[in-house]
Amino acid sequence: MTTTPDTLRVTVQRGTASALRRETFDVPAYENQTVLDVVTWIQQMADPTLSYRFACRVGMCGSCAMMVNGVPRWTCRTHVKKVAADGELDIAPLRNLPVIKDLAADMDPFFDKWVAAEARHHPSAGRADGFDPVTPQEPARAEADLGIECINCGICYAACDTVAGNPDYLGPAALQRAWTLLNDSRDADRDGILTAVSGKGGCHNCHSMGSCAQYCPNELNPMRAIAGLKRETVRAAWGRKRDA
Amino acid sequence: MLDLKLYMAQRLSALVMVPLVLGHIAVMIYAIQGGLSTVEILGRTQGSLLWFLFYGSFVIAVSVHAAIGLRVIAHEWGGLRGRVLDWLMWGIGACLFYVGIQAVFAVSLP
Repeated sequence: MTTTPDTLRVTVQRGTASALRRETFDVPAYENQTVLDVVTWIQQMADPTLSYRFACRVGMCGSCAMMVNGVPRWTCRTHVKKVAADGELDIAPLRNLPVIKDLAADMDPFFDKWVAAEARHHPSAGRADGFDPVTPQEPARAEADLGIECINCGICYAACDTVAGNPDYLGPAALQRAWTLLNDSRDADRDGILTAVSGKGGCHNCHSMGSCAQYCPNELNPMRAIAGLKRETVRAAWGRKRDA
Repeated sequence: MLDLKLYMAQRLSALVMVPLVLGHIAVMIYAIQGGLSTVEILGRTQGSLLWFLFYGSFVIAVSVHAAIGLRVIAHEWGGLRGRVLDWLMWGIGACLFYVGIQAVFAVSLP
């Protein structure tokens, strides 16, 4: 049986994009401790100038994602003992995004791409119309349901090597949301979505490497959604009507 | 840096290549079994429309497929973009086609 060391050696990326540096802190180790607890300890007990982002602390809001020992994780639900390597942690802001300061990444490019992918609701009914029934058993609805638990944390975007190599690529999260909307009977702009995901940064750039599915904290599979988009865009291009 | 058209061109060219690659390998294995000489092989391919179409379509598919694939690598690993990337893709495709079609002419023209 291994004993828990008294302290963790935590390296944190500090500074703004123009002047990045790494600082190391010794943080008390506890039996039950999340990575977010560690970051919070550093800010409250060691250096109040440390900037980072969090809100709910229970894995719902998607705001506390960071790179932990080189891997993107939701820090509020990542236990230190599961990820620390010999009592050491390396914490950095999310990959593939600009740094605002310290551990706070600029999420603007991430959310701009949601809009570019038409991953937003296009109303099909007015205020006076009745609700479109949602039938869980219906195949398209079941497909949409696979992806709707996305919390916009940006972990898949940080994990994606295609995003790293191709900054125009819309990324797994935006494309997955486009796919859920494509399968949602309440969305009215099917052609708009298919066009938006077929451009130069669209779904066809995905190499199916699967890092998005590997690291998604909610165990979603954006790669499956992107494969669905590839299929539907090709089907639409051949002029075949969707039969699903 | 792939849009729908390039994606489909690459997939369709792959589709064309699958039977051609299998046919090419099968022919190579067959040709060396009985110790066919170069003259004997050329005697069968030269003047043959079938072999011209077989390897001609192979060369077209390879030129399209490889040029698009290398375009992606040049963008993601080399950082090329815009017109330079387009020219590179067309250049690679043209070179592969030129070299390949020369070989096709050499073995299939009478």
